[in-house]
Amino acid sequence: MADASAPTERRRTALVGLLLASVFAVATCGLIYELLAGTIASYLLGDSVTQFSIIIGTYLFAMGVGSWCSRYVKRDELRLFIRVEILVALVGGWSAAGLFLLFPLVEQFRPILYGLVFVIGFLVGLEIPLLMRILRDRFDFSETVSNVLTFDYVGALAASLLFPLLLVPHLGLIRTGLMFGLLNVGVALLLLLLVPSRASLMRERILALVVMMSLIAGLLTAERIQRWSEIAAYGERVIYATSSPYQRLVLTRHDDDIRLYLNGNLQFSSRDEYRYHEALVHPAMGRVARPANVLILGGGDGLAAREVFRHPGVRHVTLVDLDPAMTRLFSQTGLLRALNGDALTDKRMHVVNADAFRWVRETKARFDVIIVDFPDPVDFSVGKLYTETFYRMLRPHLAPGGMAVVQSTSPLVAPAAFWTVAQTLETAGFQTRPYHVYVPSFGEWGFILAGLVDPGTTTRLLPGNRFLSDATARQALVFPLDMARRRVPVNRLDNQALVRSFAEEWARYEG
Amino acid sequence: MKADAGGPSRRAILKGGMAAATVLALPACETPTSGSSGGADMALGHRLRDGAFPEPVREERVPLLIAGGGVAGLSAGWRLREAGFDDFRLIELEDQPGGNARGGRNAVSAYPLGAHYLPIPNEEARGLRHMLRQMGVIVGERDGKPVYDPLQLCADLQERLLWQGKWQEGLVPRTGLSSKDEADLAAFNRTMADFSRRRDTEGRPAFAIPIAYSARDADLLALDRMSFAQWLDQQGWTSSVLRAHVRYACRDDYGTEPADVSAWAGIHYFASRRGFTADGSGDNELTWPEGNSRLTSLIADRLGDRITTGQVAFRARPDEKGAMVDVFDAQQGSSIRYRADAVILAMPHFIATRLLGEKPDAAYSYAPWLIANVTVDRAPEGKGSALAWDNVSASSASLGYVVATHQSDSHTGPTVLTWYMALSDMPPASARRLLVDRSDVDWRRLVRDDLLGMNPDLNGAIRSIDLWKWGHAMVRPTPGFLWDVAPRQRAAILPPFFRAHSDLSGLSLFEEAHYRGMAAAEAALSSIGHPHETLL
Repeated sequence: MADASAPTERRRTALVGLLLASVFAVATCGLIYELLAGTIASYLLGDSVTQFSIIIGTYLFAMGVGSWCSRYVKRDELRLFIRVEILVALVGGWSAAGLFLLFPLVEQFRPILYGLVFVIGFLVGLEIPLLMRILRDRFDFSETVSNVLTFDYVGALAASLLFPLLLVPHLGLIRTGLMFGLLNVGVALLLLLLVPSRASLMRERILALVVMMSLIAGLLTAERIQRWSEIAAYGERVIYATSSPYQRLVLTRHDDDIRLYLNGNLQFSSRDEYRYHEALVHPAMGRVARPANVLILGGGDGLAAREVFRHPGVRHVTLVDLDPAMTRLFSQTGLLRALNGDALTDKRMHVVNADAFRWVRETKARFDVIIVDFPDPVDFSVGKLYTETFYRMLRPHLAPGGMAVVQSTSPLVAPAAFWTVAQTLETAGFQTRPYHVYVPSFGEWGFILAGLVDPGTTTRLLPGNRFLSDATARQALVFPLDMARRRVPVNRLDNQALVRSFAEEWARYEG
Repeated sequence: MKADAGGPSRRAILKGGMAAATVLALPACETPTSGSSGGADMALGHRLRDGAFPEPVREERVPLLIAGGGVAGLSAGWRLREAGFDDFRLIELEDQPGGNARGGRNAVSAYPLGAHYLPIPNEEARGLRHMLRQMGVIVGERDGKPVYDPLQLCADLQERLLWQGKWQEGLVPRTGLSSKDEADLAAFNRTMADFSRRRDTEGRPAFAIPIAYSARDADLLALDRMSFAQWLDQQGWTSSVLRAHVRYACRDDYGTEPADVSAWAGIHYFASRRGFTADGSGDNELTWPEGNSRLTSLIADRLGDRITTGQVAFRARPDEKGAMVDVFDAQQGSSIRYRADAVILAMPHFIATRLLGEKPDAAYSYAPWLIANVTVDRAPEGKGSALAWDNVSASSASLGYVVATHQSDSHTGPTVLTWYMALSDMPPASARRLLVDRSDVDWRRLVRDDLLGMNPDLNGAIRSIDLWKWGHAMVRPTPGFLWDVAPRQRAAILPPFFRAHSDLSGLSLFEEAHYRGMAAAEAALSSIGHPHETLL
C-alpha cells in the first residue's frame, strides 16, 4: 500500500509546488502585460500619466470582475485554470505585437486597447480565486491565502523590476510580450503533464501546443513584425502620423524635441535643426549682393524659409514642395508654425505644390538664391533631382551674381555620394565650393555652393546666428582626409550612379 | 536632408505586408473598376472586308497619294517632304494618325496606346537618325557619334523583374538558379554576343535593324526556316529560366510564342541592338510618357494639312495615267475617287491586297494584343528593387507594365501604368474572337487581378482601367516568313502602287515601318521623276 501511494504522493507535492509557482508566473505575466499596454499607449497616444492611470484602473477593475465571476465556476477548477492560462498566454503574449500592428489600421484605437487590457485583467482576476480553491484541499485556509498572496505580490515586484531594467532595453516590447506568453503557456503545459490522468485533457494539450508554437513563431519573426509595425520603430512618442500619396509623414515628440520623419527617414530634430538650416541658407545668401528673390526646392517644413526671411532685403520666396500634406501641416499646426516662425504663411511666401523636376523645366523665373533641399537620393525618383540634366535645367534660373546651394548628404558616411553631387554640378556648368558642418542628430553633414562664377571663400553673415560664425563658415570649407575629394562618376538620368553609391555607403555604415 | 538610408525598404515592407493582409481579408469584396474601352475602328474595318461602301460621287486629282497614317505612311510623307516634294495627300481612317503608335491622355498623365519605346538606333539606321536629329531627339554629336537628349533617354531604373517574390533589377533572374540555368544562360549570352559581333564579307551585320541591312549568309538565312524553340532545343538549352526569358522576349517584340517564331527572328531580338551613341548608353531606349506617339505626332505636325483623317480607301486600281483609289469619307458619308500618278499603300498586307482585288498570302498572320492603361492613386512599390520604367513578373501571363510618368516626373505619386498582354497562347483568330467576346468587365478584372498579383500594394489605389484592343497588332515572323514570304511580296510590288508597312519586313518595329515608309517614298519619287538623294 505504502509503496504504491508514494509516487502519487510525490506527484501531488510536485503539483502543489507547481501551482504555487504558477501563482508567481500568473502575477508576473499579468503585470508585464499591463505595463506593456501602458507603455504602448504612452508611445502611441502620448500623455503617459493619463495612459498609465487608465490602464492600471481598467486592469484592476477587470481583475475584480474576473474574481467576482469566479463564483459561477462550480466544478473542474483545474481544467478551467489551465484553459484560462492558455488563453492569457495567447492574448497577453500577442498583445504588444497586435497593438502595434493594429494602430495604423484602425480608426478607433482606444476601444481596442482598453478592451484588450480588460480581457487580460479579467482572465488574471479569474485565475487567483480558482487557484485558491484548487489549493484549499492541500492547505488550511489561512495558509492558502497567505501563500497565494505572497507569490502574487512577489511576482508583481519581479515584473516591475524586470520590465524597465531588463526587458524593454534588451528585448523590446514585442518580444517581451511573446516571451511572457511562452511562460504562461509553459506553466499550463507542465500542469497538463502532472495532473492525474483520469481527467481527459487532450483538447487542452493540443490547444496549449498550438499557442506555444504560435508564440515561438512570433519570437522568431519578431524582427519582421517590428518592421511591419512602423510605429514600434520610432524611439519616441508619435504625435502625428499620416500618409499622403507621396510619403508617410510622422511627427514625434520627446520632451522638447520634435522630430519629423518622411518614410521613416529623419528630416529634422527641433533640438539641432538650427545648425542644419543656418548652414544651409546663410553661406549662399551671404554671397549674393542683395538677395531679393529666393527659390527653395523641397523644404516644405518652412525651416529653411525661416532663415531666408531673416534677411531684410528678401521680397519674394518661392517654395516648391511636392506634397501638399507637408506644406499644409507646417502652415496650419501651431506647434510647427512656432518652429518655422510662420514662414509658410508669410505674405512674401509663394508655396507651389509640384514635382520639382517638372516645375524647374517649365518655369521661366530667375532667382538670386536657389536653395536645393531635397531628401537624400534614396531611390531613383529622388535621384533624378541630383542629375546633370536637372542641374542643367536649373542653371538658367540663377540670376547673374546669384548663388545656389545643394544639401548633399554626409561626406563622412557617404563620401562617394557627396563628391558625386559636386562632380555632377561642375559637369553641368557650375563652379562649386563644398562645405560641411556637424549636426548632432544627423552627424557630419555636407552642402555644396554652386555659382556661375566661383562662390569664393567669404560670406557676409547676419548677426544673431546661433551656430554659424564667420570662423565656422570658413572652417566648414576645409575637408579632413577621411572626407577628402575622390574620383567619382557624373550622376546621369539614364545611369544614376548616385543612388547606387549612396545606398552602398549608407548600408556599409549601418552594418 | 535625412540621415537614414534604411527607410524605404522598411516602408515598402510595411505597406506590402498591410496590403497583403487586406487582400487576404477581403477576397469577396470588390468594387467594379471603371474605364473606357477602345481599339482600331472595327466597324469601318469590317465594312471594308464586306465591301459595303457607296460608289464615288466625285473625283479629285493628286499627284501622289498615301493611304494609311501609321508609322510607315507618316514616314513616307516625312520622306517626301525631305525631298522637297509637297504635292501629296495622306489619308487615314482613324481620327488620329499614328497607327500602333498612338497615345492617350488623362488628368494624371499622357500614356501610350501601343508601341512605347524606340531602342537607340544602330549605326546602319541612317534615315531614322536623320529624322531624330530633326526632331531634337539627337541633340548633338561627339567623336562622330550622336548625343541623345537625356530627357528622352529612358531614365534609370529601366527594368525590374518580379522573381520568386522579390523585385530585382534587369529582366533575367539572377538568384535561385540551378547550375543548368546558369550554364545555359551563359552559353546563350555568349552565342548571342557572337551573333551580334558577326559581319559578312561586305561588312554587313549578321542581324541588323532595319533587317534589310543584314547579311545574307546561307547559314544565317537557314535559321529562318526553323522555329526558335526548335533551335534552342538543338543547342540543348532547356533551362526553364532561359526558356521563360526567351518566351518573354518573343511575346514582347513579336506577340508570338518561341515555337511559332523563326530562329532568325528570335536571335534578332538578342543580337541586333548595337545602339550608336557617344554616351556609351547604347543599350538604352528612347521613351516618352505617351510612348511612340511622340514621334508620330511630331511627323504629323510636319505634314500638317496634307493629312486628311476619317477617310478610308476601299478600292485601288491602275488606270491609263497612273492609279485610281476609291475612298470613303466617314464624315460626309460619301465616296471620292482620287486619281494619282503614284499611290503608297501604307497598310497591312491583308488590307492592301483587298483594296487591289488580290488574294492575300496565307502565310501572313497577325498577333492580337490587349493594352490597358491603369490610372493609380499611388505608385507601385514592392519588395526588393525600386519601381522601374518597365516592370515584369516572371509568374504572370501578362508582359507587365510601364510607368507613364517615369520620364516626366521625379516623384512616385499618382501615375498611369500601361499594362501589356500579347494573346499568344492560342491561334491568332481564336485570340481575336476572345478579345471581342470576353466582356470589358471581365477583361478589367483580369487586368486588375494580374496587377494586384504583381503589386498587392496597389489594392484600393486603382482608379480606372482603360482598355485598348488590337486585333492585328503585329505581323508574326513565323518560320520562313522573313526571308521567303516577305521578299516575295516585296518583289510583287509594281508601280503605280508602292507599299509601306512593317509587315513587308516581317518585324513589327518602328524602325522597320520607318524604313519601309522611306523606301516606298523614294521608289515613288523615282517613278514620277522627282530627284532626291537616298536616305536608305
